[in-house]
Amino acid sequence: MSGAPQPQSVASSRPDPYAPKGLALTLESTGAILLALIWILPLAYAVWAAIHPAEYTTRFELTAPLTLDNFTRAWAAAPFARYFLNTFILVTMILAFQLVLGTLAAYALARQDFWGRDIAFALILAQLMIMPDALIVENYRTLAKFNLIDTIPAIALPYIASAFGIFLLRQTFKTVPKELDDAARVEGASPLQVLMKVYVPLAKPTYVAYGLVSVSYHWNNFLWPLLVTNSVESRPLTVGLQVFSSSDQGIDWAVICAATLMTSAPLLVGFLLFQRQFVQSFMRAGIK
Amino acid sequence: MTNRATATIHGWLLLLPAMACLALFTHWPAIASFVDSFMSTPRARRPARFVGLDNYQQMMADPIFWKAMANNLWFAMGTIPTSIALALLMAVWVNDRIAGRTLVRMAYFTPTILPMIAVANIWLFFFTPQYGLLEQIVGAFGGRSTNWLGSQDTALYAVTVVAIWKEAGFFMIFYLAALQAIPPSLGEAAAIEGASRWTFFRRVQFPLLMPTTLFVLINAVINAFRMIDHIFVMTRGGPDNATTLLLFYIYQVGFGFWDTTYAAALTCVLLLLLALVAFVQYGWLERRTHYQ
Amino acid sequence: MDRREFLGGTAALAGSLALARPALAQSAELSFFYPVAVGGPITKLIDAYAAGFEKENPSIKVKPIYAGTYQETIVKALTAHKSGTPPVLSVLLSTDMFTLIDEEAIVPFDPFIKTEDDKKWLSSFFPSFMENSQTGGKTWGIPFQRSTVVLYWNKELFKEAGLDPEKPPTSWAQQLEFAQKLTKRDAAGNTSQWGIQIPSSGFPYWLFQGLTTQAGATLANAAGDKTDYANPGVVEALQYWVDLAQKHKVHPPGIVEWGTTPRDFFEKKVAMMWTTTGNLTNVRTNAKFPFGVAVLPAGKKPGSPTGGGNFYLSKKASPAEQEAAFKFVRWITTPERAAQWSADTGYVAVTPAAYETEAMKKYVADFPQALVARDQLPTAVAELSTHENQRVTKALNDGLQAALTGTKQPAQAMADAQTEAERILKSYR
Repeated sequence: MSGAPQPQSVASSRPDPYAPKGLALTLESTGAILLALIWILPLAYAVWAAIHPAEYTTRFELTAPLTLDNFTRAWAAAPFARYFLNTFILVTMILAFQLVLGTLAAYALARQDFWGRDIAFALILAQLMIMPDALIVENYRTLAKFNLIDTIPAIALPYIASAFGIFLLRQTFKTVPKELDDAARVEGASPLQVLMKVYVPLAKPTYVAYGLVSVSYHWNNFLWPLLVTNSVESRPLTVGLQVFSSSDQGIDWAVICAATLMTSAPLLVGFLLFQRQFVQSFMRAGIK
Repeated sequence: MTNRATATIHGWLLLLPAMACLALFTHWPAIASFVDSFMSTPRARRPARFVGLDNYQQMMADPIFWKAMANNLWFAMGTIPTSIALALLMAVWVNDRIAGRTLVRMAYFTPTILPMIAVANIWLFFFTPQYGLLEQIVGAFGGRSTNWLGSQDTALYAVTVVAIWKEAGFFMIFYLAALQAIPPSLGEAAAIEGASRWTFFRRVQFPLLMPTTLFVLINAVINAFRMIDHIFVMTRGGPDNATTLLLFYIYQVGFGFWDTTYAAALTCVLLLLLALVAFVQYGWLERRTHYQ
Repeated sequence: MDRREFLGGTAALAGSLALARPALAQSAELSFFYPVAVGGPITKLIDAYAAGFEKENPSIKVKPIYAGTYQETIVKALTAHKSGTPPVLSVLLSTDMFTLIDEEAIVPFDPFIKTEDDKKWLSSFFPSFMENSQTGGKTWGIPFQRSTVVLYWNKELFKEAGLDPEKPPTSWAQQLEFAQKLTKRDAAGNTSQWGIQIPSSGFPYWLFQGLTTQAGATLANAAGDKTDYANPGVVEALQYWVDLAQKHKVHPPGIVEWGTTPRDFFEKKVAMMWTTTGNLTNVRTNAKFPFGVAVLPAGKKPGSPTGGGNFYLSKKASPAEQEAAFKFVRWITTPERAAQWSADTGYVAVTPAAYETEAMKKYVADFPQALVARDQLPTAVAELSTHENQRVTKALNDGLQAALTGTKQPAQAMADAQTEAERILKSYR
């Protein structure tokens, strides 16, 4: 992902005296695998229900016939292609704004000494606790006043300034050696150029790690999009899934599971492919 | 113009976009909730007027509010320590060279990726009486049939379990990154001194993980008040409000009953709770935490 | 099936209004909130109706907006009313009438009823559907997507239990007796098959209203400003429900999930279930055994609530838009269309005339169970509806769930619910 060659993490390159051996390792492996089985159970069930006919949703027989019917039914039953597009636009929009706004603010907080900085930082940190979900009632009114209800920007707006992002980037920027900054300035770079040329490249792992958190959060966010969207044109996947699965006719797990797998496939595959890089970027980003 | 003044202008210009958004969608609505909580809800023929503490008096007399508070407290006490402990355990395990490490790590992390609203339907199946997965397993061992979501004694536990499942793997990533960043030399030194593995964990690893624990703790606390997606699918707050959490109640009052000012008063209580938690955490834990 | 063909059949009304009303000469856009999960078969039907109507009325553009569940749709319609542009026409729960009136979000249909023909049309609906479409002498809603509660039974399990598979229970006593015969327990005391199941998650009040009506009680007055939850008849009804589970153990204990009830029925975990007529098509496709549909068993008398949605006209729309919407409502509720709609969706057709049409006769010849809903309508009552409806019904729901989960005695639960409802409704009298 970030492309930086990092063949082995530091911890595993030297023998760890506390690494469990023999029986201890077996016990630990068994425990870990048992827990993993419990953790993967909902996903495993989703796969089971999705690839078998509806009669086998609740019966686990190895000889059950396989089918892709549930996927075609789910795909036909709701405009998932449109929902995918909406979610994609949404998470991209949110992440782009979060990164730009966060970078600018974090740079100011990390490296500028100015009047009111500490107050500003405190005001920003307030959002760590006052999460946007707590303010649904008032935020709804604000967006209604702007006539933005039922648009993708309405879902994004309350989240585009993220205290978490600003905080992380500020911590990272603070670790950038002051000499690099000074050197760039001596060469006549403007503050914004310094930011782009010195700070941003060095904070790459932070951006990757933060990006992962942000994308998985907003890909799966539900309550706020549920409130502010009405139509297929603005509804993200989660709300589409809910509207699709709650019907008078009761729950059809086979189709719901097929839809669940379809809608989470991009994230699942993404994580499978890049999981090592993710963990490493978390480590190097200092989110720990 | 002095240097300081230029820096101030630059600084605030850089902060402006983020601050404007925060002001509009965090600070202003928080203040507006506070102001609105002293007004009556505007209806078609009755515009909003100042009613003083009426909404708060109503709240004190509202059994559902107290129920939601109590539920939320149990939910928090159920999810926060358990999910953090499990996350730490998972991270330690996955950090060791156990069999199938990559797969195990992926298994732990899947809940983070699956949308709660969809997975809740799957959990609903697990908890369904008679032919649900849990029931099939319990039944195979000859256990008694239980209506997990349909009984007031078990419904809150059931939704708590789902929440723990959802967040433990997410927190694991943070612990894992922190564990891998601990220099191996520390382990070597401790081994030379003959410290047991448990001592090494308790005296070296765990203290070094303190900043991560603080960070994870903040997230876990917020999640305890934020995670209600699965409630929508699994119980809708029932039976008889046994799984109504504070935010779910705010949603019901604000967007079901259209009592916006009472919802504002409830929001203020939620904000106050969060502020209190933040105060305790920063005040108490910051001192015991070693930031680099 | 080609819907265009059938829609094109009645191109009679076209044009006349557009000429009479110059305001309509420039095209009116008719936005229209419809409570359904998007993309399902129903959206395709509605889209076809919209297209068919447009073809006959080129000056009117119909724009259906699929807004999700009823609950979500009313939230969206009301917020749109409070801030922004509400849809001209919405299909919302009939029980939302008082809420919509209180918010001054809707206008009555009466000003549009001008000709004799209009009057005849208005009186053509089943009276039980009009009960919660009218209040204070005005008509605020027009029935469209309506349903009622019926009993489904598994004929195979009836036969196994030695019951006549063609005879559903007709009284409370018989319902209990059959349920006892149909309940199967294993040696360990676990129940492998329940006799009967009445769902109680989400909106238990609706199914409960079947029981209260049968017990001869009425939950709320017609003005929607007074409830009668503590009425002895109501308590008796609740006691019957609670006893099915706790005393006779023929009904699953605790809360029975609405969403899984049809599945329980398909899995033969329950022999009789109460649920909506909206499930007809679902049960027909998924039940792997012969099943029957019956009117609910009678207590002191037979009875069931109606349910489902009405058309409402937005107050904020321009007169021209309202006129166009009215025209659309008249167009879509003609007997032929109501019959076709019922056959396609399983909802109850809203006028007796619809049951006399060829399309309907053909449908019920093939699927006689569809007639049960109609047969029940003469004894059906309006679904519980009051001012501040959500809050007042929540009080009842909470009380019901408390009694069903055994935390309160039925009498106590209903007394508490009544106190809460009284507190809320006092200011509306």
